[in-house]
Amino acid sequence: MKAELHTLLLILVCAGVTIALRALPFLALGRGGQPPALVRRLGERLPPAVMAILVVYCLRGTSFAALSGWVPALAAGAATVALHLWRRNTLLSIAGGTLLYMLLIRCL
Amino acid sequence: MKQELRYALRRTLPVFCGYVFLGVAFGVLLSQAGYGWPWALLISVIVYAGSMQFALVGLITGGAGVLATALMTLAVNGRHLFYGVTFLERFRAMGKACPYMVFSLTDETYSLLCSEQTPPGLDPDRTLLLISALDQLYWVAGSVLGGVLGASLPFDATGIDFAMTALFLVIFTEQWLAARRHRPALIGLAAGLVCLLVLGQDRFIIPAMLLAAALLIPGGRNDKEEARHES
Repeated sequence: MKAELHTLLLILVCAGVTIALRALPFLALGRGGQPPALVRRLGERLPPAVMAILVVYCLRGTSFAALSGWVPALAAGAATVALHLWRRNTLLSIAGGTLLYMLLIRCL
Repeated sequence: MKQELRYALRRTLPVFCGYVFLGVAFGVLLSQAGYGWPWALLISVIVYAGSMQFALVGLITGGAGVLATALMTLAVNGRHLFYGVTFLERFRAMGKACPYMVFSLTDETYSLLCSEQTPPGLDPDRTLLLISALDQLYWVAGSVLGGVLGASLPFDATGIDFAMTALFLVIFTEQWLAARRHRPALIGLAAGLVCLLVLGQDRFIIPAMLLAAALLIPGGRNDKEEARHES
């Protein structure tokens, strides 16, 4: 019960921060308002950096001790990007990469 | 209303496919962490942020604290801060629907709304609202389905969490293709790898985000400023 309450608390925190982020421009900027230069600068530059860090975060458990530790993730990651460059179809890229990963971790 | 619904269903078809797949993956992951479909329903209704929900499963199973969860949400969803700026006047003009439009502005809905040009004869406000609401409906339905299936999955779903990695890779690729300069992406990659090697896998992500932000603030012009300068 205590663990579930803690989980509920984490969910509420996550929801609260997300809503705050989405609502802030509407609360902070008046009609016809423009965000400060620093915010615009970060708004343009931070998202690609954050995505790169999140990719590193997802692959943080990669181990180079054995083939099965790194081949599935790197091959499936490369396949995801290649599929996306080829067709620009988000579903195809995600489903293709994920299925390849699930296949490789079973074979290697 | 019927016309608008038919149009919105057609417009949201790509998101339908993506959200159902990712939603199912999320629901399965969550149920295998010991939390059944009511939890998936709750999270998808009130958090409604694809990539963050996957990260949230990790936080929950890892026994993270409130502060770590808040910081992680700030880091992962920080980009949403900038989505609203695009629609300040548009959403305000929608009156009572405005709060929901703001709440439901995910990556995918943002990209649909950015390119939305409602055909003449349809009510534009109603169309926008339907697009946003249908997207969330797909996401909620997918995650509940995943939660239900997860408990009695007829096959072994190990590795389905790679959907999150793939999602981030796809967003990264899209941003790479759209950007004129790749310095931010490369700085992020370098900051992520350096912090991972130095600090270890349990506590590198927030420092990496702060390091990247610190490196990105000074210097150079923005893409947009540069385009203006060149023209």
